[in-house]
Amino acid sequence: MHEQRSFKVFRWVTIIFLGAFTLVPLYVMVTSALKPLGDVQGAFHWWPTHPTLRPFVDIWSTVPLARYFVNSLIVCTVSTVLSVVIAIFAAYAVSRYRFRGRRLFTGTVLSTQMFPGILFLLPLFLIFVNIDKTLGFTLLYQTRVGLTITYMTFSLPFSIWMLASYLDGIPRDLDEAARVDGTSAMGALFRIVLPAARPGVIAVAVYSFMTSWGEILFASQMTNDSTKTLSIGLQSYSTQINVYWNQVMAASLVVSVPVVIGFLLLQKYLVAGLTSGAVK
Amino acid sequence: MKSRTIASTVVLLAVATTAACGGSTENASSGGGSGSTAGGSTTITYWASNQGTSIQNDKEVLGPELKKFEKQTGVHVDLQVIGWPDLLNKILAATTSGQGPDVLNIGNTWAASLQATGAFMPFDSKALDAVGGKDKFVEASFATGGAPGKDPTSVPLYGLVYGLYYNKKMFADAGLQPPTTWQELMTDAKKLTNPSKGVYGMAMEGGSYTESVHFAFIFGRQNGGQPFDDSGKPTFTTPGMVAGVKQYVDLMSQKVVNPSSVQYKNGPEAPTDFAKGKAAMLMSQNNADNVLQANGGMKPSEYGVVAIPAPNPLPPGGKDVASFVAGINLSIFKNTKNKDAALKFVNFMTSPEEQAILDKPYTALPVVKNGTVNFTSKKDEAKAFAEVLANKSEPLPLVPAESAFETNVGNAVNGLLAQAATGKTVTDADIKAALQQAQDKMASAS
Amino acid sequence: MTLTTRAEASQKPGTGRPARRRSLSWGRATPFLLVVPAVLLELIIHIIPMLVGVWMSFVELTQFFIANWSAAPFVGFGNYGIALDFSGSIGKSLVHSFLITCLYTVIVVAVAWAFGMAGALALQRRFRGQGTLRTLFLVPYSLPIYAGIITWSFMLQRDNGLVNHVLLDNLHVIDTPTFWLIGNNAFTSMAVVNIWRAWTFAFLMLMAGMQSVPDELYQAAAVDGAGTWKQVRYITLGVLKPVNVVLVLMLFLWTFNDFNTPFVLFGPTPPPSADIISIHIFSNSFVNWNFGLGAAMSVLLLLLLLVVTGIYLLVTSRRSRRA
Repeated sequence: MHEQRSFKVFRWVTIIFLGAFTLVPLYVMVTSALKPLGDVQGAFHWWPTHPTLRPFVDIWSTVPLARYFVNSLIVCTVSTVLSVVIAIFAAYAVSRYRFRGRRLFTGTVLSTQMFPGILFLLPLFLIFVNIDKTLGFTLLYQTRVGLTITYMTFSLPFSIWMLASYLDGIPRDLDEAARVDGTSAMGALFRIVLPAARPGVIAVAVYSFMTSWGEILFASQMTNDSTKTLSIGLQSYSTQINVYWNQVMAASLVVSVPVVIGFLLLQKYLVAGLTSGAVK
Repeated sequence: MKSRTIASTVVLLAVATTAACGGSTENASSGGGSGSTAGGSTTITYWASNQGTSIQNDKEVLGPELKKFEKQTGVHVDLQVIGWPDLLNKILAATTSGQGPDVLNIGNTWAASLQATGAFMPFDSKALDAVGGKDKFVEASFATGGAPGKDPTSVPLYGLVYGLYYNKKMFADAGLQPPTTWQELMTDAKKLTNPSKGVYGMAMEGGSYTESVHFAFIFGRQNGGQPFDDSGKPTFTTPGMVAGVKQYVDLMSQKVVNPSSVQYKNGPEAPTDFAKGKAAMLMSQNNADNVLQANGGMKPSEYGVVAIPAPNPLPPGGKDVASFVAGINLSIFKNTKNKDAALKFVNFMTSPEEQAILDKPYTALPVVKNGTVNFTSKKDEAKAFAEVLANKSEPLPLVPAESAFETNVGNAVNGLLAQAATGKTVTDADIKAALQQAQDKMASAS
Repeated sequence: MTLTTRAEASQKPGTGRPARRRSLSWGRATPFLLVVPAVLLELIIHIIPMLVGVWMSFVELTQFFIANWSAAPFVGFGNYGIALDFSGSIGKSLVHSFLITCLYTVIVVAVAWAFGMAGALALQRRFRGQGTLRTLFLVPYSLPIYAGIITWSFMLQRDNGLVNHVLLDNLHVIDTPTFWLIGNNAFTSMAVVNIWRAWTFAFLMLMAGMQSVPDELYQAAAVDGAGTWKQVRYITLGVLKPVNVVLVLMLFLWTFNDFNTPFVLFGPTPPPSADIISIHIFSNSFVNWNFGLGAAMSVLLLLLLLVVTGIYLLVTSRRSRRA
């Protein structure tokens, strides 16, 4: 297809500029992770003159990185799975049924997306503590369970919204037909609607995972030493005695790689999900 | 639609109010220290502040001691080491929710502020007896336990004071003696500064609000200022306080510190600059020894310590204050279910034997009488610090608003330092305006 | 409200039969059972804590009462009075923080959107390396937030940072190292750091939107003699309208409530130029131990966001209905 010349110029200028903008910090991250501590504390050099893999060894002993990583994985995975399931149910109801309070429900859910975290951080903390007191054992206070439940709601409004629009795009003849054949509502949802909505579900799941993966404010108050997540744990590389820049970078890289790979593998679904969810 | 919305809102409100009230009354009456008694053996939770070179290091230092305690008393201690950036927020959250550890470390300057919350157990005479009695502690340190005239809610654990570290070789090369007056210090600093070589007279943590407020207090006292009047009202804008802040900011305005250091936080940067010969002097608490040796590779023989000097002659009303009584205190959470075990633990941690063991890795001054300074093998350094603690230290104001004072004034001074570092002149009027703003913020805090 | 508009807009032409909005005669309780988990979660995590927060804003919840909430005196709108007293120091700094936040939001949303749009347009057609570039552009979004921001703070250091190294030693545009994390530069740094991450999300959404445009549409336009720019303007931008509505709203809410960027770059008390609203409220609550005042400020913020979002959705949905 023919392109205007000016568009070609625009394209290459954009690619070079955005490429550099994106790449430079990533480059700094990688090269700093390969430098000894003395070099990262000294004047900046583009190239690691004394490359070493030492930081990648040290990261595990300076900070219990493996534990934080496992915590993050557990909290984010469980909260993502549960919140997607809940969002599917709610979105299905919103998309396929007209029921009393539907508008109130969608309106309220959407508006919770606007709540400043700082407003409900402390009350939530208090509620968790009191639930624990009533139960007689620690279930929510500074536990992975408490953080998981909290994170489940963070992406819920957007997930419901997006999935509902996605389901709207799936012809209802499909599930109606299944219903006529005697399938239950749940059966129709799981056997007919969900397979058709797979890209939407994956998109929502990825979004949900990313939201909890990077959360800092609640994680800083609602975890302790053994339940800390990565976003907080990475801060432990700056201590009173030293800021281990090279180890921060190395640790960031190590923990990012699986997530980045997973994200990039799923991106084609994400694109498809976002497309139908938001465009149609 | 409308009426339904209203109805549901009302229901929600009702639910929430019951939840809130239920929560608060329960909070007030019962309470839940996280300790538990299971199968005859007691477990208490202990939040330790990060005193060593890393959180990991703290666990290694405290681990064997806690085992020893368990052997002696049968009480198991569940240790959590909390970094300084998190500590106060965590304590606040614990206070608010009533769910906290049994025993915890606090920065002693927070003692009066935390006491005001009522979430901590007052050490009445009985409790004091259980931890070895009031007379066991160094008086100056014990006084930081809470507001005067009330039962303290904390007892001292590790003692710290400021000193002026100087690089012996740099001073000798320039033919200088360690300064005894502030004027001398400024002249020396200028002589030792050589920006083209990246060498400066003084190292500074200009991005740390705690450092800034500490020096605002110390120099304010030297200039006859007092941050609070007798009734506890803030008086930040009095001439003495303004002059004190100016004395500190002038280090930056007169270019004897590296402008970059306005970004230094409570990290290793300033001590490292000093240890690497990029700064000839460093005003720091005695726990800097750790960083200088571990990180900067400086040998103890390469630096000396004297008291931070005051202007000579002293301004009207001024006092020769070289430090405030810094340090870490131990508090017991009021909601603890294991009060006896907690008291035993406090007694253990403040026993002369444990003090002697812990002061070394934490480079702290003993807080019990007749303790010897053992974190340094250098007699003159030990003497200088002991002398400062005994004769030249005042506690920071023991008022409930102290914590707010630290953040508001500290940040105001940081802003002034930033202004000076970027080459803008800082006038007395600027200082006064900044302090006035900090004072206005206090009005809401108390 | 939006959901219905979305649903109505979603009726596809040509499916034969318009989607009917009649209740299916399945068990009447089914829809309620389906939303129950979501409602419960929202209640526990959002609604009830929010209402407690609203209650907090009406009491004097300072250090003297945080351990015993029930004793905190009711002060009515007292906290709001302090927050909105614009002649006082607290009110003044709140307004300052609010204005800074508005500026920050406008800049970040506009630039992130523009970058995302440019990137999506540039990568719209297949060419060698397109996949690699697309992958690369998505990396900032998939990094843990802390990792990205801390890398930037490393680059923005005065003495040993890359930014000064480039400007000073490589390009010679400045002759003394600049402070990027204090003074007014702190604002610029914060905006750049946030844009670095936010634009990739815009890119992702817009790219997704563009893929739904059938090639035939462009081909038809090309046959009609429309140049590439005209095609972008009339086809691509038109198709992207609904994506933009969602995208801009999301970017707006994220940026306006942004806590991570200033917190990781500057800690709990950023320089005045970077004192945006969420961290301002955080300082007023946690640093000054005045949770009542902090709550009052949060409620004001929430009201504002609700109003702005409501108006935005009303305007955009009306426009799209007309279109």
